[in-house]
Amino acid sequence: MATELLLAASVQGVIQQLVFGIATGGLYASLALALVLIYRAMETLNFAQGEMATFTTFIAFSLLTYLHLPYFVVFPATVVIAVLGGILVERVIIRPVERAPVITLVLVTLGLFAIFNGLSGLIWGYVVRPFPSPFPTTPVFVGGVGISYQDLGLIGVSTIVLVLIWLLFSRTRIGLMMRAAALYPESSRLLGVRVGWMLALGWGLAAGVGAVSGMMVAPITVLDPNLMQSVLLYAFVAAVLGGIDSPVGAVVGGLAVGVVLALVGTYLPAVQDLRLVFGFLVIILVLLVKPGGLFGHEHVERV
Amino acid sequence: MFGNDRTVARGVVGFLVLLALLAPLAALGKFQTLEFAYVWSFAIAIVGVNLLTGYTGQISLGNSAFMAIGGYTTAIVATRLGWTPIATIPLAAVLATIGGILLGIPALKLRGLYLGLATFALALSTPSVIRHFDELTGGSQGIYISGAAKDPFGLVESGQLTAEQWLYYLSLVLFLLLFLFSRALLMSDVGRSLRSIRDGETVAVANGISLRYYKTLAFAISALFAGVAGSLNAMATSYVGPNSFDATIALALLVGAAIGGLGTQAGPIVGALFTVWSPIYAQQIFKGRPDIVFGVLLIVIMYVMPQGAVGGFYRLLGLRLGLRRSVAAQPASPLGPVTAGGIDEER
Repeated sequence: MATELLLAASVQGVIQQLVFGIATGGLYASLALALVLIYRAMETLNFAQGEMATFTTFIAFSLLTYLHLPYFVVFPATVVIAVLGGILVERVIIRPVERAPVITLVLVTLGLFAIFNGLSGLIWGYVVRPFPSPFPTTPVFVGGVGISYQDLGLIGVSTIVLVLIWLLFSRTRIGLMMRAAALYPESSRLLGVRVGWMLALGWGLAAGVGAVSGMMVAPITVLDPNLMQSVLLYAFVAAVLGGIDSPVGAVVGGLAVGVVLALVGTYLPAVQDLRLVFGFLVIILVLLVKPGGLFGHEHVERV
Repeated sequence: MFGNDRTVARGVVGFLVLLALLAPLAALGKFQTLEFAYVWSFAIAIVGVNLLTGYTGQISLGNSAFMAIGGYTTAIVATRLGWTPIATIPLAAVLATIGGILLGIPALKLRGLYLGLATFALALSTPSVIRHFDELTGGSQGIYISGAAKDPFGLVESGQLTAEQWLYYLSLVLFLLLFLFSRALLMSDVGRSLRSIRDGETVAVANGISLRYYKTLAFAISALFAGVAGSLNAMATSYVGPNSFDATIALALLVGAAIGGLGTQAGPIVGALFTVWSPIYAQQIFKGRPDIVFGVLLIVIMYVMPQGAVGGFYRLLGLRLGLRRSVAAQPASPLGPVTAGGIDEER
């Protein structure tokens, strides 16, 4: 009898942790998707992706706190601001080095990292601030298992974002042009696709997805200028795990990372503080065993 | 024909070394002397990054981890076992080198951006490892090193040198030794092998160069330099903590190497001067956040002279480096953006 109760409790616990893992995994997946969008467009990683997301989350914070706008207005407004900001950053800052060697691009995005982190600190300071969640934290009971609305909401938001991105790329003309511009820039240009603007749009979309991710992370932790740094690392892990050029991979990778971190956090408390090391080891292992990730393409060198 | 140029160059270098030797006695105050001690220790670490990234083409964003090994070795051995801090430097170098070889093994298989990503993850996770093993490392508290500037010759005790001057000369002498070592290495056939790996691994292998041997060697030497730099840094600060050698330090090292000029021998000195002094000046110019100035400067330098200060200077003089790293000179590839294969891979 007692063992049965214990078993039931532990099964419930596992399910709760799984849901929590999928919810946080959706956040990693969103930011990983942002990284993948830029990687597909220009084969570089945007080290500033997390800081850009933090900056837009602060904009949302200001709209909510100082202009007293309702959340359902602030959320879409912030996403639009982020998309426009992303396009602007690409056109103004990235465009001059678009075709530069990879290290130059990496260094420029590191410069962006310093600028956005510094701007967030300069404008909003380093005091931690609470950020509201659109979802209540009260639990809903499904088959005897308590699951918070917060977790369900996060899963819902991530799903909507991912489905929208998928629809954009697979079902719209502009998505087709973006894919073409990334894969065959010269041919696309000959067919009248404005390749440069497609890259900029990729940056804009990435910034928009990042903004959603930031607004979802901030209520769970607290809002400060370093909000997204650990999220960015897990997003890197997710992107590598799934295959750095694969949007599907980013989603699966993000969910896997979220679930594993949630389980480690609950069942292996002794090594919980080594979560970042776990990320490092996963990156190394994946790259050694399956360099293209689960869903990506392996880089083939022409001789 | 070059004899004359070379004499001039030697004269300039000799003058600069003399200046570096005399400056703390003649012109620099306490604060400045210590800041320049940091310049030399950072220069050592940046020479290591330059060897790995600039000459061998392996992007490293993780050398702060080896600095942490060096710094913590010095702190732990000096405080627990009571060694004179300077005596811990060889041990710090050896342990960091072992770390470098261990990272070098998986890194053999990683290329370009992927290696940058993996090493960056290492840099990000270093502080949590330090906090985890708190019995050894003092956890979040860190370790205060009393008598960090103690010298075995009694120069500080007898008042012939201030503690800052001792640290300055220690860092300068080690920098000069390690700089000459890396210079000799780069001018030998080892240097040629490293450069050929950077310029195209396939060609290097076809010419009988062992990627395994030379890449591991580059990682080992790079880590050795970082270890010594970390040890000196710990002495100059008299303290090590989990965030003494975090990811921002790793970025600063790569940025320093790039701003000085990747693949140039004098680049790391300029890079170290920038790394140490730019935050101090930026703080004065722009009270709020020096990192904004830092970021803007980094981006502007990447636009104006992507080959770094020293590389740009050589270009102005019309010297050929045998390298093509200029963005402007990079031909627009018909296959799309340059791949993540290397720094200046010719395609």
